[in-house]
Amino acid sequence: MKTKLAFGICVCLIALGCVLVGESWSQARDGSSVPQISVPQAETPHSLGLALTARRWSPYVVGFGIGLLVWLSFLLSNKTIGASGAYAKSAGMLEALVRSDSRQKAYYQKFVPKIDWEWMLVAGLIVGAFVSAVTSGDFRVEWVPPTWDAAAGHTPFLRWLTALIGGIILAIGARLAGGCTSGHGISGTLQLVVISWVATLCFFVSGVATAFIIYRIIL
Amino acid sequence: MLTGLHAKKRLQLFIGFAIGFGFGFLLQKGWVTRYDIIIAQLLLTDFTVLKVMLTALLTGMVGIHIFEHYKLVELHPKEGSMGGTVVGGLIFGVGFAVLGYCPGTVSGAAAQGSMDALAGGLPGILIGSWIFSEVYPKLEGTLLKKDKWGKVRIPELIGVGNWIVVVIVSILIMVFFGVLERFNL
Repeated sequence: MKTKLAFGICVCLIALGCVLVGESWSQARDGSSVPQISVPQAETPHSLGLALTARRWSPYVVGFGIGLLVWLSFLLSNKTIGASGAYAKSAGMLEALVRSDSRQKAYYQKFVPKIDWEWMLVAGLIVGAFVSAVTSGDFRVEWVPPTWDAAAGHTPFLRWLTALIGGIILAIGARLAGGCTSGHGISGTLQLVVISWVATLCFFVSGVATAFIIYRIIL
Repeated sequence: MLTGLHAKKRLQLFIGFAIGFGFGFLLQKGWVTRYDIIIAQLLLTDFTVLKVMLTALLTGMVGIHIFEHYKLVELHPKEGSMGGTVVGGLIFGVGFAVLGYCPGTVSGAAAQGSMDALAGGLPGILIGSWIFSEVYPKLEGTLLKKDKWGKVRIPELIGVGNWIVVVIVSILIMVFFGVLERFNL
């Protein structure tokens, strides 16, 4: 019963994915309406020093590096990499600042808001991304991303409001699904967990559909 | 297993920070902390995001299964219900495209100076997490219980050994990469 249900869901999602891919290819042939943003290609550096300050690495090198970090987190900490839980803990800690009885909430009884391994992971992530951006000369204040600017104009308020709403939806989805693109999408799938594969498929099918609605219909 | 190391609480927090540092550094170097790259992935015009994720999956999967075989690590499958996972996953996808970042990359984006991530995305995720904690008691006994799956893994589901699945998934990922490179995506 469970097998059939999971199989059915996967077939439906893959079919929808195929339709969207076909649609995008036919649109690409007709001349895409989406603005093409020029981004630098990954460079091939000649020394480690140059590599560390390069603006962009090959996605395969980056993915391999993240895979090695997964090994380390399993071996050294008996943990899996996941980002979204840290925000739930931060929200809980912020709420505790304004409401003293908030720790009694059923959710915080089960997922205690405190600075733990996952929270430190996201803190490290922020510092790591900052160091990477600064050392490669890539750090700059960007009010609106170029793709959005080209399609919807450069009013920061509209983009920020959209991002705020997107963030709210994203967090509710992550908590319902029990993980995000790192927790389910990398850590769960690599352990071959069934619900993580289903979750990741859902993330991308729904993400692709929504992006098509936003950029091909609304904007 | 390095159980002695796992028990050292303060050192563990430091290791978490160090692994996070590497994670953030790599995400920024891979340009997946950029709205433009993530939206291009969701519009299927650039496959950087999937290349990063699937290479990490491939590397991690092979390593973790070897380590598990030699009892160096134990697996941590997530528990969950099919109801919560499918509904939550589809909602997450909508947020993914509207925000243009995911929970990990939004922090990295804020750190590289993307103001939409800092001023919009991060507060949004905190608000969304708070809303969930408020409605959690209503969901706990209903949607989040619907069709409980526990920690079932693909090898158990189809009744074969780990290695067969690891090899098949590895081959499929490499074929997918071959197709992407063939079409210059």
